[in-house]
Amino acid sequence: MTKFQFPESIRSRPVYGTLEPRPGKAHLMIADAEGAEALLDLATREARLFAQGHIIYIPKTTGETYTQRLRDLGPAQFHVGPTYEASVPRIRRVLSDAHMGLQVYLAGTEGLMGQAQNEAMQAGIPHSAIQTEHRGSVARRMQCVHCKGITEDVVTDPFVCSHCGLNLFVRDHYSRRLAAFQGVCIDAEDPGNLPDPVELYT
Amino acid sequence: MSAAPQKARAGAEKIDVIVSAVVPLNELVTRFEFTRADDKAFPPFSAGAHTVVEMRDGDRLRLNPYSLMSDPADSSLYAISVRRDDAGRGGSLFMHRSVKVGDRMKISYPVNLFPLDLRGRKHVFLAGGIGITPFMAMIAHLERMGGAWELHYACRNEALGTYVDQLTSRYPNKVHVYFDDRNQAIALEDLLDGQPLGTHVYVCGPKGMIDWVHATAAAHGWPDENVHSEEFLAPQPGKPFEVRLCRSDITIQVGESESLLEAMERCGVDAPFLCRGGACGQCETDVIEADGTFVHRDHWLDDEDHTSGKKIMPCVSRFVGKSLVLDR
Repeated sequence: MTKFQFPESIRSRPVYGTLEPRPGKAHLMIADAEGAEALLDLATREARLFAQGHIIYIPKTTGETYTQRLRDLGPAQFHVGPTYEASVPRIRRVLSDAHMGLQVYLAGTEGLMGQAQNEAMQAGIPHSAIQTEHRGSVARRMQCVHCKGITEDVVTDPFVCSHCGLNLFVRDHYSRRLAAFQGVCIDAEDPGNLPDPVELYT
Repeated sequence: MSAAPQKARAGAEKIDVIVSAVVPLNELVTRFEFTRADDKAFPPFSAGAHTVVEMRDGDRLRLNPYSLMSDPADSSLYAISVRRDDAGRGGSLFMHRSVKVGDRMKISYPVNLFPLDLRGRKHVFLAGGIGITPFMAMIAHLERMGGAWELHYACRNEALGTYVDQLTSRYPNKVHVYFDDRNQAIALEDLLDGQPLGTHVYVCGPKGMIDWVHATAAAHGWPDENVHSEEFLAPQPGKPFEVRLCRSDITIQVGESESLLEAMERCGVDAPFLCRGGACGQCETDVIEADGTFVHRDHWLDDEDHTSGKKIMPCVSRFVGKSLVLDR
């Protein structure tokens, strides 16, 4: 099962939904890893969307598991990229050429959805009009509030900042602008005195 | 409780003004310009804001909202344009017949329920008739800051095309006018098609036009957040009814041609309000007890609130039935 029900939390924490077909002139779908399943589910509800659809897919560790099934949906354009970072120029180009009436569907990990949402917002789409559906890993994209460095795919709390090496506590406090949760030093008063790291949501 | 000083009375604060100009524009529309009685600068307003004009019509106090249509950068005057409604409740007729240059009046501080979304990359204005007024201020604002805009303005005919000449001569490439009597109509679907990402559309006009724009834009995949509208409702007459106001501990009668809010004010109850047109939500009132049916006419409460029978907007909504008790 790739769906995970996040427990209720503070207002800052993003809440994800279920992708639903919406009327539009063009449909941009960006997904990573198990996010492909959300697009496959969307296709069972409205397969015709994909004729005006552009799928940008980053398989991560799922390899070839989903790529053929996504291709079989018959999207107008289908792009498989090695990493999110590598697909950013393509996403920006698509958004800069787009017109009102574009629908954006994001699925997969929080890091991918947050960053792609940020690109769409900068292109002029209100964040509340961008659909998201979480699938797969609950890993988080974290910003160290001390050195401002970003650590991707954080799965334990606390964790070590990949930039400055501080031990960081994983907060639910989220920044849409940075597309990252905030990590705060957990042993500032008594360096080295820290709880054992536990996996997120276990 | 916030630290801000609490207002003594409901509604926005008032400004004493002198009518500095009355300019008839055509058969139905007249512009009224106000300067401050104390010669100070007017408070700045954001384009799209309205003011509530107090009219002393004999022993009757009328309070009508009008969009500010002067240049927001000009703090020396406020201007409104009023369309005469011969079948209306009399506010616009009072303005047209009784207000003269030099008269002293009170108007409210500006309140904006129809602001520009300045995150927008481009602004498309759709005006129907007197709905042109807020766009006059928005255009002045965007021209100053170099914003991208275009106006599509539908009028009944050339003679009633308020500000058409001024707009088309100043902005010949941005203003598009459509006259009903020449069977010209806004090609809305073509207009929405191909607008750049981040475009916002604003509509001010009759209810049918507003609904048409919202529905067409939604069908074309536009987010609700990018479609803005403003429609002030005038309270409609209805059967007189009785209301018990339990906090004030009085029972009042609402007459045929006055609104519930106006009846409360007539009886000395200081009920909250801002727009008086069912849009702002300020006058929302809890219902304690009701035996009868509500006639909801506002744009504020959602359908669930309307059917719940727990809330009413006294500025435009009425009640038919045996008894009504409100928490006011």
